Amino acid sequence: MTILTVAEFRAGGLGKPALEALGEARRQADLVGGKTGVVLIGHNVDPAVATLTRYGADEIYIFDSAALENYSLEKYASAVAQVVEAHKPDVVLIPGTVHGREIAPWLASRLGVGAAADCIGIKVAPDGALEAVRPLYSGKARARVSFCGRPQIASLRPNVFAVGDVNDSRAANSHRMALGEAPAGAVLREVAAASGGKVELSEARVIVAGGRGLKGPEHFDMLEKLAEVVGGAVGASRMVVDLGWKPHDMQVGQTGKVVNPELYIAVGISGAIQHLVGMQTSKTIVAINKDPEAPIFKIADYGVVGDAFEVVPLLTEEFKKALAPVSV
Amino acid sequence: MNIVVCLKQVPDTETRIRIKDDAGKGIVRENVKFIISPFDEFALEEALRLKEKLGGQVIALSLGPDRAKDALRTALAVGADKAVHVNDGGLAGTDSLGVARTLAAAIRKLDHDVVLFGKKGVGLDRGQVPAQVAQILGLPFAGQATEITVSDDGKSATVDREIEGGRERFEVPLPAVISREKSANELRHAALKGIMAAKSKPIQAFTLADLGLDAAALQPKVLVSKMEYPTERTAGRVLQGDAATAARELVRLLHEEAKVI
Repeated sequence: MTILTVAEFRAGGLGKPALEALGEARRQADLVGGKTGVVLIGHNVDPAVATLTRYGADEIYIFDSAALENYSLEKYASAVAQVVEAHKPDVVLIPGTVHGREIAPWLASRLGVGAAADCIGIKVAPDGALEAVRPLYSGKARARVSFCGRPQIASLRPNVFAVGDVNDSRAANSHRMALGEAPAGAVLREVAAASGGKVELSEARVIVAGGRGLKGPEHFDMLEKLAEVVGGAVGASRMVVDLGWKPHDMQVGQTGKVVNPELYIAVGISGAIQHLVGMQTSKTIVAINKDPEAPIFKIADYGVVGDAFEVVPLLTEEFKKALAPVSV
Repeated sequence: MNIVVCLKQVPDTETRIRIKDDAGKGIVRENVKFIISPFDEFALEEALRLKEKLGGQVIALSLGPDRAKDALRTALAVGADKAVHVNDGGLAGTDSLGVARTLAAAIRKLDHDVVLFGKKGVGLDRGQVPAQVAQILGLPFAGQATEITVSDDGKSATVDREIEGGRERFEVPLPAVISREKSANELRHAALKGIMAAKSKPIQAFTLADLGLDAAALQPKVLVSKMEYPTERTAGRVLQGDAATAARELVRLLHEEAKVI
């Protein structure tokens, strides 16, 4: 039984979602005595080989060329298809990043098999049969799915599966691969990194999100300060985005991002259902709101009824104290 | 410019989702209001704007039961030129690949320079069909577009999108399949004149046989074995005292009880 995963490598490194997919592949393979493989794609990828080995790859299929430096859906998915056709894995787990969420269905279509999107739980049987759990209706329900045919493809929601343990004594077999035919597609012309040091919402451990209760875009500064102290990212409600206070890439909710950090601090957010479905799987939820009847309190683990302008700066100070290195 | 825009009907996003009792493999659809998936509305508005700028026509395409005609009438009322409805009992229970194969077969019969989708149907939340349609048709794909600019010669488009920690800009040769992220441009309202005109515009209907497809070949590869409700969250506690006390207590609890900091 073999589980294959996919890892992109470029200047920024492997990315946590790729290590999460490998981590889950390793755990599932160990449970049933199976093997793991990773399709590693990019340019000058050698540093990633050692990392993937330590994180539990048994076989590493390396596509390393200048032509693969920039992301291309068709080239990357064709590389995975090439490995699938040669080695017939039972399961292909793909990190559910923006790239992965299009590689998975394209690959499934190319191979004529099924793909389950955005999975939050998986289980591989000893015979290689995959059962996956995926949320639907914005998390108002979830479906258990099985597959007909092999390989069985699943994209995994980021920040759900744990990165595996590092083991320096592991060894992996590396295979240098040359990409065969791939259809021409869209050509990536520019990549712009988000402004300096910003933590990506979907990968953040802590999110501080603001709603209309903040009364204006200028007051998001205090959320930025709080987020900085706790090493988190700042999110926003739909209303804030619709009012033009903040860009759409900060929106959490049904038509924005679905996030699941360790800690979600909702400030001045009343908690409309379309917001809740985007953050209700957060491990711990804190709500700060003036209105004690706000629906957000119904799902919050800890609530503070009060004026955000008073509470947030005090909270920032308390976090600073709590997180300060202990002096000896 | 021939623009095909694919529209999916989904349960109104405010709907309370109820799982069917019997086998628990689907949701109760009775008394559920169906709307055009919000991202598809942004795609439709994008299609109308592209047509206004470049000329040509907008063809609205929907796969679904009879009620999908409502989505197509809406599209006609706001300015789509043609509507195409793929309706066949053999499609019930198919998965994203089956839908993609069917849509691709329909699109082959239509003039298309740009095929637009919303980035996902707000419902099943798979977001898989657009890339699969592109793969089947052998067309380039650009997903989750935040900005689409067609070149003057109409031979390519520049597509921007957001990814984790940054943005990407693609040059996409046309024809191509593009899926649309949410945009600031909400779908326009239909004028009365448009609504009246839409009533008399024909909706072209395709069955699987019309498309040369066989339901047996569209059987799902991903099978739902069971649907469940997520674990409900319950209200925790509201911290008492003045703001300073509450802030201090909150940080203590996050550290000692929730252990998240």
